[in-house]
Amino acid sequence: MNPPKCDHCDEPAVVHEVTLKNGIKTEIHLCQRHAQEAGVSMPTHQPINQLLSQFVISHSAKARAKSKKTCPGCGMTFGRFRQSGALGCADCYETFEQELTPLIERAQNGATHHRGKTPLRAGSSMDRQLLITQLVKELDQAVGAEQYERAAQLRDRLRDLNPASAENGPGRSASSEAAPTDS
Amino acid sequence: MKFSTPGPWLSDDGPDTDVVMSCRVRLARNIAGFPFVGRANDAQRREILRIAQQVVLSLDLADGMFWVDLAQSPARDRQLLMERHLISRHLAEAEFPRAVAVSGDETLSIMVNEEDHLRMQVLGPGIGLSDLMERINEVDDAIESRLDFAFSQRWGYLTACPTNVGAGIRLSVMMHLPGLKLTGEIDRLRRAAKDLHLAVRGYYGEGSESAGDFYQVSNQITLGRSEQDLLVEFRDRILPQIIEYEQHARQMLVERNATMLDDRINRAVGILRSAHLLGAEEAMKLLSRVRLGIHLKRLHGIDLNKVNHLLLQVQTAHLQQSIGADLNPDQRREARAKLVREALG
Repeated sequence: MNPPKCDHCDEPAVVHEVTLKNGIKTEIHLCQRHAQEAGVSMPTHQPINQLLSQFVISHSAKARAKSKKTCPGCGMTFGRFRQSGALGCADCYETFEQELTPLIERAQNGATHHRGKTPLRAGSSMDRQLLITQLVKELDQAVGAEQYERAAQLRDRLRDLNPASAENGPGRSASSEAAPTDS
Repeated sequence: MKFSTPGPWLSDDGPDTDVVMSCRVRLARNIAGFPFVGRANDAQRREILRIAQQVVLSLDLADGMFWVDLAQSPARDRQLLMERHLISRHLAEAEFPRAVAVSGDETLSIMVNEEDHLRMQVLGPGIGLSDLMERINEVDDAIESRLDFAFSQRWGYLTACPTNVGAGIRLSVMMHLPGLKLTGEIDRLRRAAKDLHLAVRGYYGEGSESAGDFYQVSNQITLGRSEQDLLVEFRDRILPQIIEYEQHARQMLVERNATMLDDRINRAVGILRSAHLLGAEEAMKLLSRVRLGIHLKRLHGIDLNKVNHLLLQVQTAHLQQSIGADLNPDQRREARAKLVREALG
């Protein structure tokens, strides 16, 4: 059986209310948007990720047109984010900033900027991220050119900078993970 | 894995512990340079584990810190950790490289490769959120002195789910709300919670059902406010209202519906003292009624601590641990009933 449609539009209903009064049954079916307009909240027991993706799906007509963007850090698409509710890497915040901003604003009661704790070494951390970006690029080139001795030196430098850069290596997404996404 | 103590957060010391069982502050952090857990491959997840283990165990974060490689742990151990609220259900059930570091006193746990690379939390009894905030901040600073976290000037700490972005903080309390449940007010609380930007979840957090009228209430706003502001609002403005709401509901029951209340409470005692088969959910629900009865002074001669401990002991992994064997569901129900009968007999 198809789920009932919203009483006010053709969207599928997500809120259902059945009341029995003096033997008369009244049914109300509302979609996400009309439920919100009517002040009826979503069932709060849903996992937050599910709520989030529903949010995105119902509010992303505009975003859909732009969903062909792919995150250079991890290959994530906005469509995939819509399904899972989770981003792929720190770069996604920059890649999908336009699509995410209204969504985050809505979820965070209008807030669009961080006002909390800042890592003690955020400043130096940014410089370090840039250096890591550069070293990772050089490492890729060295490996590509089969310059293994140079590659080993670069790996050592990376390891000194951040244990996160050692061994398996962070891959391409290492580069600008922690770069400011303000633009 | 063996835990001898009942869990440090299971205490009835302090104000409002008739309603607030325990509290928790959790931070979500990701290590710069790696994809988020959901997008990382197993080699990267193992590398994250290696780094986290090295950093966490080399810092003097707490006495007796131990590391549990969850991919190598039997299901019973994982469930035991979940029942003690040291790991999430998601982490207990996932099937990739993941781990948890736990302090000897079980007040601190650091989950690795949960939805975010690091989910660090401190747990405490009652409503002591300020102390927990201070403690988690120290842990965060210590780890941050060794690792770069994914952070942006605009969005703050970057998290896999954008609903946690910013401070990446979740303040939560485990509330016992039988009054609101019995008076049918709980649904109104759930609706009101949305307007207050609160999440009301079940006993095991996200995606779980409430067991025994226990609910985990937490903040949902993580961006645009300082941690201290979030704490003050949650602790001083929101929680007192919910506590008062529950206490008011209990008072209403006593004043207007004492017979029904006494019936529910004493019926619960009767079943717990005489049942020979008891499911975990049923046991929690009945113990919840007994707990209510003790707090409302409708029941005498039953030790509150014993009831609190039973709430933990009747859960599946704890039950099996005390028996020392894996049991099938029928055997569990029998063993659970016996445990409760003997404790309350």
